[in-house]
Amino acid sequence: MVHFVYDGSFEGLLTAVFDVYEGKAERAQLFSIKTYQPDVFAERRDVFTDSVKANRVWKGLFRKSSPQGLLNVYSVYLSERTDRETLLLAFFRRVFAESVSIEDDFSSPLIVQISQISRQIHREKHRFEAFVRFIHLKGNIYFASIEPDFNILPLIGPHFAERYADQRWIIYDTRRQYGLYYDLQQVQEVYFEAVPDSLVLDLPSDQVEEDEALMQQLWQVYFQSVNIVERKNMKLHRKHLPIRYWKYLTEKKI
Amino acid sequence: MNQLLVLIQKHKFPIGMSEKIMKKLQILADSAKYDVSCSSSGSKRKNTQRGLGNTNGMGICHSFTEDGRCVSLLKILLTNHCIYDCAYCVSRRSNDVQRVAFTVEEVVSMTMHFYRRNYIEGLFLSSGIFKNSDYTMERLVRIAKTLRTEHKFNGYIHLKTIPGASNELVREAGLYADRLSVNVELPTEQSLVKLAPEKNTADIVKPMSFIRHTIEENRQEIQLYKHAPAFVPAGQSTQMIIGASPESDWQIMQQADSLYKKFHLKRVYYSAYVPVQQDQRLPDLHSLPPVQRENRLYQTDWLLRFYGFSVNEIFNPSAPNLETDVDPKLTWALRNLHLFPVDINRADYEMILRIPGLGVKSAKKIVAGRKFHHLTLDHLRQFGVALNRARYFLICIGWNGYRRDWNAAEIKRQIIAGNTQSTQLSLF
Repeated sequence: MVHFVYDGSFEGLLTAVFDVYEGKAERAQLFSIKTYQPDVFAERRDVFTDSVKANRVWKGLFRKSSPQGLLNVYSVYLSERTDRETLLLAFFRRVFAESVSIEDDFSSPLIVQISQISRQIHREKHRFEAFVRFIHLKGNIYFASIEPDFNILPLIGPHFAERYADQRWIIYDTRRQYGLYYDLQQVQEVYFEAVPDSLVLDLPSDQVEEDEALMQQLWQVYFQSVNIVERKNMKLHRKHLPIRYWKYLTEKKI
Repeated sequence: MNQLLVLIQKHKFPIGMSEKIMKKLQILADSAKYDVSCSSSGSKRKNTQRGLGNTNGMGICHSFTEDGRCVSLLKILLTNHCIYDCAYCVSRRSNDVQRVAFTVEEVVSMTMHFYRRNYIEGLFLSSGIFKNSDYTMERLVRIAKTLRTEHKFNGYIHLKTIPGASNELVREAGLYADRLSVNVELPTEQSLVKLAPEKNTADIVKPMSFIRHTIEENRQEIQLYKHAPAFVPAGQSTQMIIGASPESDWQIMQQADSLYKKFHLKRVYYSAYVPVQQDQRLPDLHSLPPVQRENRLYQTDWLLRFYGFSVNEIFNPSAPNLETDVDPKLTWALRNLHLFPVDINRADYEMILRIPGLGVKSAKKIVAGRKFHHLTLDHLRQFGVALNRARYFLICIGWNGYRRDWNAAEIKRQIIAGNTQSTQLSLF
């Protein structure tokens, strides 16, 4: 057994697939350095991320895949599942082994599983297009913190850049400790040194714009007033709005 | 009411403007909540000139209230002053409630502030009718126009068309709004006469038909000249109240079907009547809203729009109402056992779609997946098919469908028994 250990990036993962094929390693496994635990019975090979190699794998997939198929592969990567490398290597092997597109082969458990993971990620992405709540900070920046189950920031960036093209914003993932910052021109990744939870969740009032408190209250009043008490259905409420998201939602904070 | 006071006290907000606007918002959101549409889909509006917002065709539910309904739009009335006295309406003239009105600026500013914080997809603006229809409609249009032109707002706007408003105003409204809707209010004209004697069907039908024709003209214009301004790109919808009047489900769905066909509506919404006041023409004040019935009507609506069913397949003179214990597709299948079981590895897509417990997505996966491999029950389980219902109506390798000596009543009994059994088990 040969263990290919890559740096954890998507490009690194694609490079690793390239190396597996180049080294003709039949019994290969991929690992991210971030989670790798050495095994004395396996040979370790380090993968050096190489954008040329990664591009060749991506193009190879591109030729045999629909846009949805490409998105599925990227989604499995973003899922942060411990078996994502195993699933993806098996998927690549099948894609490159067959002459026809196997993307719609729902008779294969592997394809069904990948499409299910992709659906999960897409659901989470869609949720966070909805559940981001910006706070208007002094200095005219709109700030939101989120804690998604999967690493969906790269997927929601373009949506927010298009929608809020005329305002500067930051969306910060508290679990993964990085954020996206849009400066009216482009979106870039940002890291903060040690942001305490309390700051992320409850910004001190001298840091927020004056209109912020009123708008939050208006939104809370609105949220309560549109509820139809006679139709109360908390089970449905929690199904659509899982409790783990509540602490970030302005309307659920009171 | 109390929660509002607590809020104000808690934040020690300066008494005055902010308290007034909160009070208005509370009243005018509360009276708009019975309009069930909250859809923000069906329109693709790009963010122009680096302004604010876009709609991407999908629609986003930004939150959910405790009744489980989606909050997508800032849904408010401009005012709850009204010259009409419709029995079912909380804002009726004779009702003793506090009357307030937003100014144009207040609505515009709140929409912008909420949108910038990602609270909403846009605005759904309706209104009680003050002075006359055109006077009210003109104000709704002015709000949409201010948002679009002065604030470069490209989010979603849904305007309610005030019955009796002039065609010119409706046309202008449609140039700024993504969707227009005119509520038919009740399933039949008789009920409208009885419960809303001052309204007449003509005033409701006229704008719907005007909107339909203007949309069609606009489509042709856009084909000739692709930068022609779009008129209500997300189409028109309507709503009727269920359970305030005596119509059968069959009558309701016939009316819905004819509305879809006559006016090319995007959606018909069914709103379970919530008693708002005692009136001898209406159900008792303490009766519960018929939410189960509403749910079955939506299921039927889906069968008409996405599953290729017609109204008269689902209803007949001996079954004018939907069953409450099972869904309408299952009811239909049990009445038409001679068409089942369906072989999922051979049957047409249309027939697969008619198997109970199986939706559009699963049907598509079946048709795609069976090209590679014969499908079995395990595959269907992975697709998320509700096998507790579906398995009686299909065959595949290793599965023979229901026992041929069972009749419809027996299959139904088995399905319902299976359902209760599994819920009992899941308790432990």
